[in-house]
Amino acid sequence: MKFAVVVFPGSNCDHDAYHAVKHVLGQPAEFLWHKDTSLQGADVVILPGGFSYGDYLRTGAIARFSPVMQAVSAFAAQGGPVLGICNGFQILCEAGLLDGALIRNQQVQFRCAHVDVRVEQVDTPFTAACTTGQVLHLPIAHGEGQYFAEPDVLARLEANRQVIFRYATAAGEITPEANANGSLNNIAGVCNAGPHPERACEKVLGSDDGLVLFESVLRRLTAGVA
Amino acid sequence: MPLFTVRVFVTLKPSVFDPQGRTIVESLHSLGYAGVAHVRQGKYFEVQVEAADASAAEALVRDVSGTLLANPVIESFRLESPAPVA
Repeated sequence: MKFAVVVFPGSNCDHDAYHAVKHVLGQPAEFLWHKDTSLQGADVVILPGGFSYGDYLRTGAIARFSPVMQAVSAFAAQGGPVLGICNGFQILCEAGLLDGALIRNQQVQFRCAHVDVRVEQVDTPFTAACTTGQVLHLPIAHGEGQYFAEPDVLARLEANRQVIFRYATAAGEITPEANANGSLNNIAGVCNAGPHPERACEKVLGSDDGLVLFESVLRRLTAGVA
Repeated sequence: MPLFTVRVFVTLKPSVFDPQGRTIVESLHSLGYAGVAHVRQGKYFEVQVEAADASAAEALVRDVSGTLLANPVIESFRLESPAPVA
């Protein structure tokens, strides 16, 4: 399975994602430049974390108009798996590929920490190898990670089971204290999104809980072929 | 074509929490400005456009604002009337 990691000016987790896929997961990976108009036959696309275009205007606001995003949108529309990590999550929201928006953290601080995230749904390409309620220990590193959506949108996301990760305690309880940034309903990821799993694929990095996302999409796509 | 300046104000929708505004209020209170009840932070843009007339300039900047300057999920915007650039 071929993974493509999109590089925007200001991406800084592109090599983490590449390393996780190529060297830990053992799958082919290639970088795509934001000016590319083709995904070069990729089976999975990763929009990595970072500060694309310096986060000018709003996080992800400029990156969403990059030439490569037309191809990513078309790929997603055909059901292609796209993983937006941190700034990638922000880009997908700005592009309208995901509902809602990510706004300034409630505590007005950049949060860089390992947090616990509870898996809510296991029928998505990136969580198929998880178990419902499984708690993943993953790093976050963001200043704008507070998930916001209007009440009707939030209700629809919950009803459609599109919330796939929530900030939780190590025991998997959803509490206000465990909410890393004030996200509504403790949301840490809606379909296609999440904290930084690529920075948590090996024990030496403090946690290898993130690898399960990459194993999930590999399992899902391999099953699809077989 | 004549040049116009259009001022654009982008603000968070009332339903969106503004942690920066709250921090500013708390800072003002600690400075002794007890009478400051509420602050909402927004963005201000001066956009210069070439257009046939004022209404065309306004239409162009309205389009630009909805496309890029504001994210309609969390923000709204308002324009001032285009001012000809001398």
